[in-house]
Amino acid sequence: MAVIHDVMPAFELFQPPTVDDAVRLLGQYREDAWVMAGGLDTFDWLKDRIKRPKVVVDLSQVRELSGIREANGGLEIGATTTLTEVVRHPVIRGKYGILSTGAEAAASPQIRNQGTIGGNVSQDTRCWYYRAGWPCYRAGGNTCFADTPTAINREHAILGADRCVAVNPSDSAPALIALDAKFVIRTPKGERVVDAEDYFIGPGTDITRMNILRPGDLLTAIRLPADWAGAKFYFEKVRDRNVWDFPLMNVASAMVITGGKIERIRLAVNAAAARPLRLAAVEDAVRGKEPNAATGEIAGRLAVQGARPLRFNAYKIPLMRNLVKRAIGGVEQAAWA
Amino acid sequence: MADHEIEQPVTSTPLVVSRRDLIKGVIAAGAVSSASYLFRASAVWSQTSAPGAVERLVTLTVNGQQRRVDVMKQETLATTLRYKLGLTGTKIGCDRSECGACTVLIDDVPHYSCSILTHTVRGKNIVTIEGLASADGKLHPVQQGVIDEQGFQCAFCMSGFIMATVGYLKTNPNPSRAELAHGISGNLCRCQDYDKILNAMMRGAENLRRANRV
Ligand SMILES: Cc1cc2nc3c(=O)[nH]c(=O)nc-3n(C[C@H](O)[C@H](O)[C@H](O)COP(=O)(O)OP(=O)(O)OC[C@H]3O[C@@H](n4cnc5c(N)ncnc54)[C@H](O)[C@@H]3O)c2cc1C
Ligand code: SF4
Ligand code: FES
Ligand code: FES
Repeated sequence: MAVIHDVMPAFELFQPPTVDDAVRLLGQYREDAWVMAGGLDTFDWLKDRIKRPKVVVDLSQVRELSGIREANGGLEIGATTTLTEVVRHPVIRGKYGILSTGAEAAASPQIRNQGTIGGNVSQDTRCWYYRAGWPCYRAGGNTCFADTPTAINREHAILGADRCVAVNPSDSAPALIALDAKFVIRTPKGERVVDAEDYFIGPGTDITRMNILRPGDLLTAIRLPADWAGAKFYFEKVRDRNVWDFPLMNVASAMVITGGKIERIRLAVNAAAARPLRLAAVEDAVRGKEPNAATGEIAGRLAVQGARPLRFNAYKIPLMRNLVKRAIGGVEQAAWA
Repeated sequence: MADHEIEQPVTSTPLVVSRRDLIKGVIAAGAVSSASYLFRASAVWSQTSAPGAVERLVTLTVNGQQRRVDVMKQETLATTLRYKLGLTGTKIGCDRSECGACTVLIDDVPHYSCSILTHTVRGKNIVTIEGLASADGKLHPVQQGVIDEQGFQCAFCMSGFIMATVGYLKTNPNPSRAELAHGISGNLCRCQDYDKILNAMMRGAENLRRANRV
């Protein structure tokens, strides 16, 4: 895998003290600039010489971007707040538990101590052809190396593919979608707030980007509205190893149950497609029903409609079906438990 | 010094010089300059005075000492520690955040030093394995735990494990075995078995609690 070179190729480094300074630098250097928060996705690209930005804008000194505060009855999480801070925050633990669980499922302790929530949702795909520098669609070329008869694509997409079959690997993203989080973006024109699910884009929209940010844009905060605080939550991540491993798939749900029936629900999966998927059709189908195994069964079947396996990832279809089922009906106790 | 100049750090030594001697020589030279076998010339863009522009000559706080050092923009902390400050107890295994051998404490929190820019940690308190023992040479309780339990085999991964454990114990001084295993799960070992490493780290935690009581 990784080849160790001496040091990274040179770049100009800026460590702006404020958001305004950062935005000014990004506006000045545009396509030549790379935003760096914790750097844990960034350094692989630079060390492997696959991406060679001339300028790196390091957000580590921008105090106003970091920290968690109460806002409008909910929470506002600064973009450079570390995953560890998100995991440990008492209000997140208490009222928005799936975010805490999702963030803790990511990577390793040291990575969570440095990796930021903004970086986690903005990270690039792990498709190894692309990350190794192969000139595929996503890299601006005209083929996909992961979707050929001999390609190794066990981790790739079953839904939403359009030439590119890569997946979004973030563990916090589906939790944020289930919580109906809002992403706050500073653009050269001013501030913009988008729903979590609209932050992410698939290859049909733009094959070279994973999210709506354009050169010059900065994600400044993520807001958790009060609506879903204390809801009934489910998060599960399936992976090959318990540490350091990206999701084969993950699922997050938030439900409000009234009189034994699902009154409100939000449901999302990630690592199934190039963007984390909010499963709105499934939400519609289960609203008003009891959150039990039978409803979960319906939900699971509906969730995988239209799924198309590649050579090595057909297992992802039953995996997704079962994860969605559990997210709604809960995990059945084994008979002997 | 201009960005593109590479200074020969050691000029009066014989041609055949071991890497260790070279590093020592470099350290002795005070504010340390680039070792040419590692660091290529790096003339990118000229220095600007925009807010946030960085200077190459920085002061780092490492193991309680102030160290002046000439740091490239793209230099990682692991590189600075090992090849400029001579603190070779910090190992580089993967250079990709995938093994933990390079773990150091930054303001008491474990980080992979291979995956953070030195410029990002200016003004922070950096502790490496060399900074754990007390001035009189008495080992840190977690280091002592390693000796008590013969925790490692080749020990390439050891300093990373110890730093991760010392950092984790600051947040949870009395962990269960499972909690400690989770807390230091960002470190890999290729030749010892994890059970023995955990024995050593649990013993270290116990040593540390005892030391803090007296
Ligand atoms: C070995 C390894 C294992 C991992 N395992 C997992 C895992 O299991 N699950 C998981 O979810 N992640 C995993 N990750 C990814 C890691 O969690 C994320 O990379 C981390 O959260 C990224 O945060 P960062 O701040 O370090 O990112 P950075 O590298 O700083 O940024 C990542 C990307 O986001 C952009 N960006 C960051 N912040 C902003 C901002 N405020 N505005 C605009 N753009 C921004 C950067 O330009 C860059 O393109 C792993 C990473 C490694 C190296
Ligand atoms: S899946 Fe996407 S990123 Fe991977 S090789 Fe194909 S086009 Fe490139
Ligand atoms: S050398 Fe830093 S994590 Fe492996
Ligand atoms: S003891 Fe050899 S790598 Fe851990």
